[in-house]
Parts: sequence; C-alpha cells; structure tokens
Amino acid sequence: MNHDMNITLKVWRQENTNASGRFEEHKVVANPDMSFLEMFDVLNEQLIETGKEPIAFDHDCREGICGMCSMVINGRPHGPKRGVTTCQLHMRSFKDGDTITVEPWRANAFPVIKDLSVNRGAFDRIISAGGFVSVNTGNAVDANAILIPKEVADEAFEAATCIGCGACVSACKNASAMLFVGAKVTQLAKLPQGQPERETRVVAMVNQMDAEGFGACTNTGACSAECPKQIPLSVIANLNKEYYRAKMNGK
Amino acid sequence: MKLDAKIPQGPVSEKWNSYKSSVPLVNPANKRNLEIIVVGTGLAGSSAASTLAELGYKVKAFCFQDSPRRAHSIAAQGGINAAKNYQNDGDSVHRLFYDTIKGGDFRAREGNVHRLAEVSVNIIDQCVAAGVPFAREYGGTLSNRSFGGTQVQRTFYAAGQTGQQLLLGAYSGLERQVGLGNVKMYSRHEMIELVIIDGKARGIIARNLVTGKLERHFGHAVLLCTGGYGNVFYLSTNAMGSNVTAAWKAHRQGAYFGNPCFTQIHPTCIPVSGHYQSKLTLMSESLRNDGRIWVPKKQGDDRHPNDIPEEERDYYLERRYPAFGNLVPRDIASRAAKERCDAGYGVGSSKMAVYLDFRYNMVNKYGRAEASKRGIENPSEDILVALGKEVVKEQYGNLFDMYKQITDEDPYEAPMRIYPAVHYTMGGLWVDYELQTTVPGLYALGEANFSDHGANRLGASALMQGLADGYFVIPYTIGNYLSKEIHTKPITTDHEAFVAAEKIANDRIQQLMNINGKRSAESYHRELGLIMWDKCGMARNEAGLKQAISEIRALREDFYKNVRVPGKVEEFNPELDKAGRVADFLELGELMCIDALDRNESCGGHFREEYQTEEGEAMRDDDKYAYVSAWEYKGSDWQLHKEELNYENIKVQQRSYK
Repeated sequence: MNHDMNITLKVWRQENTNASGRFEEHKVVANPDMSFLEMFDVLNEQLIETGKEPIAFDHDCREGICGMCSMVINGRPHGPKRGVTTCQLHMRSFKDGDTITVEPWRANAFPVIKDLSVNRGAFDRIISAGGFVSVNTGNAVDANAILIPKEVADEAFEAATCIGCGACVSACKNASAMLFVGAKVTQLAKLPQGQPERETRVVAMVNQMDAEGFGACTNTGACSAECPKQIPLSVIANLNKEYYRAKMNGK
Repeated sequence: MKLDAKIPQGPVSEKWNSYKSSVPLVNPANKRNLEIIVVGTGLAGSSAASTLAELGYKVKAFCFQDSPRRAHSIAAQGGINAAKNYQNDGDSVHRLFYDTIKGGDFRAREGNVHRLAEVSVNIIDQCVAAGVPFAREYGGTLSNRSFGGTQVQRTFYAAGQTGQQLLLGAYSGLERQVGLGNVKMYSRHEMIELVIIDGKARGIIARNLVTGKLERHFGHAVLLCTGGYGNVFYLSTNAMGSNVTAAWKAHRQGAYFGNPCFTQIHPTCIPVSGHYQSKLTLMSESLRNDGRIWVPKKQGDDRHPNDIPEEERDYYLERRYPAFGNLVPRDIASRAAKERCDAGYGVGSSKMAVYLDFRYNMVNKYGRAEASKRGIENPSEDILVALGKEVVKEQYGNLFDMYKQITDEDPYEAPMRIYPAVHYTMGGLWVDYELQTTVPGLYALGEANFSDHGANRLGASALMQGLADGYFVIPYTIGNYLSKEIHTKPITTDHEAFVAAEKIANDRIQQLMNINGKRSAESYHRELGLIMWDKCGMARNEAGLKQAISEIRALREDFYKNVRVPGKVEEFNPELDKAGRVADFLELGELMCIDALDRNESCGGHFREEYQTEEGEAMRDDDKYAYVSAWEYKGSDWQLHKEELNYENIKVQQRSYK
C-alpha cells in the first residue's frame, strides 16, 4: 500500500505578473496517501535544500473549504477527480511513473502573481458590488420570525456552498464567471431576506462581472463539471432569469 | 502594572446592560474622523470591521490570505451555540453561562461569559437577517442539535459547513462596506509590527506579500482578530497559514499573553498517516451525536471492526461517563482516547486511533424511525441500515465524503478511525472586559484573546465568541476609548515611531535572509511541533516541560544559524513569510511550556500528570491556581502577573460528567 511512486512534474514557472512563463520539469518520489499539495511540499523541500527556488502555490486550509488552492492538473482545474479541491486530491489518483502537468488558473481576470498563484480579487469586487443583504448589525428580528420552507433553505444552502476558488472560470474556454455569480444570486434570490435588493443586486453583480473582463457563458457546462462543490448548472439559468426579470422591471 | 479586568459592578445578569447604558458615546460626526485598523478577517475581524464601518468609523482591514473570505473560520464544521431555547428543552442564558464556565473548568471570568451568553441570541438573528442558510425543519423553523458538555439542543448549524456559511455572511457584510468606501481592504498583507506612540497603539507595519514592500498604516485604535496559535504544534486542524505573528509582535511590545498553555486537543480527528503529513483534519463534534466511540476489549485485537461482536467492544466513554456518554467535553474525550491507546487498546496500523461508529444509531435511531414513518413492519437489518444511511447522509454527508477522500475508506460501511489533534487555543492576548489588551488602544477579539473559554472550550462556542466580540461587544466598548480620542488628529506615518517600527521589522527580515543556511523553515517548524506535542500536549509533567524548554531554546539557536530562506525580499516569497512565522512560534513555544510548568494543577485541556485523581480525572487546585496567568515579555524572559478569578454566581466544584 505504501509503495513509492516516481512522478515527473511539468510545472509552470513565472517570476511575476509581467514576466513570461515556461514549463519546468521536476522529479519527485511520492506516496499514494499523500495529498497532491503534500507532494509539492516534498518537492519544495528538495528545492530549498539544493539551493533552488521553491514553487509558489496558493493553499491554506487543506481541507477543501477555504478555496485558496488552485492548480490546473493535466488540463483540469483541481485535477482528475470530481467534487474535490486540489488539497483533497491524493496521489492514489495517479500511477507510478506518471508525468503530470501543473498550471495556474488561466484567465485574463485572474493575472498570475508568481508560478501557480493568481490574483482573484475580481471575485471580491463582484461580491462588493451586490452580493450581500444590506442589513446593519442590530436591525434583525427574531430568527424564527421569518419561516423559510426546508426545500427553499436547502436550495439556498446548496448554492451558498460555493468556495470562490475560481475553478469554474478556469474550466471555461470563455473564462466566464457565471457559475460563481449565479451561485450567490441564487442563494439570495431564494431567501426572503434577499428580496428587497433582488433586482438591483443581480444587475450590479453582472455589471461588475463584465467590467472585470470575464467572458460570456458557453453553455457547455465545464464550470459545473469541474466545480469542487458541484454547484449545479441551474444557477446560471437562474442568473439569466433573475437578470431578465430585473431588466424587464427597468433596473 | 496592576491588572484591572474592569468588570462592571452589579449583579452578573445586569453588568452588560448597565455598561451599555453608561459607556461614553462618540457622535456620528466625530466617528468619521476616527480610523480603526482591523487585522484578520475571520468571524471576529469581518464582523467587527463591517459593524464599525456601519457606525461611521473609517476602517482599514488586513488579511494575509488572497481574500478575506478565506480566513480559517471558514473551516468550522459543526455549529454555533445560542441560548434561544427554541427546543423548549430548558435552555436559558443562565444555563449557557453555567455550561460554559463549567466546561472551561472554572478558569474563565463570570462577567465575560455571561455577556457572551446574553448576546448569543442576537447573533443568530443577525446571521439569519444577513442571509445565512441555517438548517431548517419542515415547518420552516430553525433546526438544532447537541454538542459536548451540554444536555440541551442549542446548536444551530448549516450541514457540516456552519463556519463557512457564517463567515460568508460576515464577509458579505464586510464587502458591502468596502463597496460603500467605508472599509479599505488590504488582502495578502501581513502585520509584522505594532506602532506605539506615547504609550498607545497607533498603527501597524504591514508587509505586502505580493510586492514584499513594507507599509506603514495609522489608526486611532488597532484590533487584532488574528485567530489562535495551534500551529505551534505544526500538525493541527488549523490552516497552513494560521499564525501567531501579529499577536506575538503585540506581546513583544507590551501586550500581556494570557494562559498560553491552555490548548484544546479535539478528540475526533483523522489520525496521522505519514511523515509527510502537513495538517490534520477534524471530524466535527456533531458526529458524537450519533457516533459511538469504542475500542476492542482485547489488547491488540486485529480483527476488522465489523467482525468484533458487541460484547467484545469497550464503549469507554459510556462506561466512564454514563450521564454524558459520548458527549463529554473535548478535553475529557481526548484524554480518554489517549488513555486507551497508551494502554494498548488502540486500533488501525499505528494503534493510535479509536473507532467512531455510526452503525448503532443508523439502525436503531434513524433506521427504525424511518421504517415506522413509512409503515414498514418488522424491517430486516439491511432495510434499517439502508433507511438509516439516508438520514445520516443528509446530516453529515460532507464529513463522510471528506473522510473517504482522505483515508480511502467508506465510513458508511465501517467505523471511522479517529484520534485527538490540536484544534484551538483558549489562551491568547490578555484582555479586559472591554477586550482591550494591556496596551491602550490595542484590542484582541475572537480566538486571538484568552477571555471566555477558561481551560477548555465547549463545542460550537468559538463561532459564537468570534461573532459576539465583533458584532456586539467591540462596537460598544471601543467607544469608551475613542470618545477620548476625538481630538487626536491622524498621525503622519513619517512620525519617528513609524520609522523605528519599520526599521525593527526590516532588520528582522534582513537577519532571516542573511543566515543562508541549509534547512527550510518548514523543517524547524516540524521539529518544534514534535517537541510541543510530546511534552506540552495532551499530558504534561515537570521533567518533560523543563526538557522541552531547553530543547526549544537549542532549536531556536540553530534556526538562527542554519535556516535557509530562498528568493528575494521584495517579491512574492511564501518561504520568507513562513520563516517569520516559525521564528515567532519558536518563542511562543517556550512561553507555553513555562506557563504549563507554573500551573501545578490539572484543569481543562491542561493536564499535568502529577495532578490527577485516582480515576485519572484532572485535579484542580482552586486555592492556589484560581487565576489567569498573564505573562509580560521581558526580552529574554517573562514576568507573571495574576488576575484572580472570583465566582459569585456559580458554585465552584469538581467537574463531573458521570
């Protein structure tokens, strides 16, 4: 079970945003129970000990929820397994002797900072444009004063599980952010608390999404297929519906 | 300096109300001229930053992650407590207050904890209003479940992702204020020095982690909402980036550190699998609602767990603690697991694990209930399992998936293997009732302070405390300080104190870069973690602690001779970030051992082997140690200050969950 795996990595190296990048080849001995990021830890340790520059990559919680890790592995965001982030991908998903290509998210709206790290500030700016309920602290009524049917709460929750990692953008050939935006719009449009700003919200978020340089939806569904939280494609349909509804009402 | 906790006078249930009614206010026009720095954007930081901005203050918020939404509060799984009594099962503010003081093994302040229990109900209202999709019943009301150390159902939750949903709620409020121009957000920034002018906190030196440049930021007050320091153990349930640096710099500048040795070891985590392991993953305490913990009655029993018959299993928590059973507090559950494994009853390849088994409740609780709901007479065991599995999936599906992902084993078919791991730190910067540290104008909120959980935190109370501090406490208490600062004009960052602080920070960075040794910062971190886990972990003793102190000193010395930080200063350089954090952990680790050595008693998560009852339970010494340890940094040493704890409303007794 604990046999060594000889892995060859082709990793994207790029010094900074303005530099041009290239692939670099590295060998690393892994173990099937290692996570993909732990394999990178081992590689970086080797690089440091031999006086070379370690590979920069984003990661934090390593339990699949913070949304920080972001590697395109053999052409697929977060790698070959469905419904997991890079940090939850384990080397048992690969074979001894494999060559694995690792790149950063590729999208104009997510410029590379260094190597495999990108800047996803555009997502924060979209939320800042309208992805909230305008309620100041202290204004709330008793939590059970507004009843929400279980199915509605469950649907809102499903959309709200988005971790904002950006895999959807990276998977899309148009680098569209509509799965991300649709998830937040759907969560708040379903809930009674989101109703007062339902129309202004969707318009503001879509405008910001466009301003950031994300592309249009291709309707191929790669975003949902690669989403580590398996956000359904229906949130995009819902985003369109909410947007038209707002526009029809002159927003 | 004499420690003054500034607890308001009067009966405990009226302290907070009377404080709020009499605390000086800052008028809206003056608020616009007052600037507040908030470091960290987890539950405490996001809620504080957005609420203070709503009130009209000018806020600057900082986080080291690429977005404020990624702070580690996001990973909290099980839930958040509130004394709503929606279940009509006898809950009340007083009972939450009592449970928290008792759970903390009588080492927390009554005044703070009562306030926490009072505002708990407002938190749930606020979160629901902000669109947090908590779990609901079919009738549309909110759903609750149980957590350890309580006999009521007061925990609100959103599947196994409660922290995520609460943080996204607080984050959306923060982003709203960013959009309105009331908060300026600095992500990928790390605070690496505190600026003090005329004895007051007046700003920070932050490193822009993308460009590597140092920046000076002024604030009339500084709030540290930077989380806990569990990563001093290297392996913990914390995120890889979680660190003590901001709090430690404040400590070095005069903020006392409270109860540093109080660490929470969480009983239900996925066991260590190999030397390359970078972190440990929690399996939520909520699983103890339905999972039963056991080991084989025979030592070294290698049979598959499903092949071990009922009568050959030792449900040791149910045996030792019949009243609370599998839902005893975390410190007790962790020690009991260690006791069984040390005695040779552990399971799995490492023998350092116990079983967490869902089969009994899958069949008897959920399976039977579903069968009866559907009118199935005399259901077979297989049908009960199938029906029960559906319910378990709905309640804990994401946790079961995560377990399978990490271990490659299916917890629906066989019990989970679990073992305790470092999870939370009750200790932190010492703060008074107003959450102010011993440095005027410097506040600590959430896990970063020491205040509310005593020697052991109950489950689902961390989220409660983070949001209580940020949404409902600091917006009031900071007024007492800022009302006296309305004449203070913003201080230029050319001030000599800023220049000096930046030089200290810069010199430290240059020192690390110039060592040019052979070993990575990570390798030192791992080594420190092993020392801490072995000698200052679940069980401690005098000889071990003394040895740990000398080992840490030697390791620190070696670090400054042999660490290698690759790359340049003025660029994106995660290795440099890490080296700075490890350097601080190497100092903190020593203080934790000194604190553990000072406390010659066992209480909560602090278990000194010399001080236990015949049954192996923690033995407190209230005559000598009913105090908060507040440590003052003295350069090469620390000085202990004591804050006596007085219990006027709760009778101090030996904790019993039997």
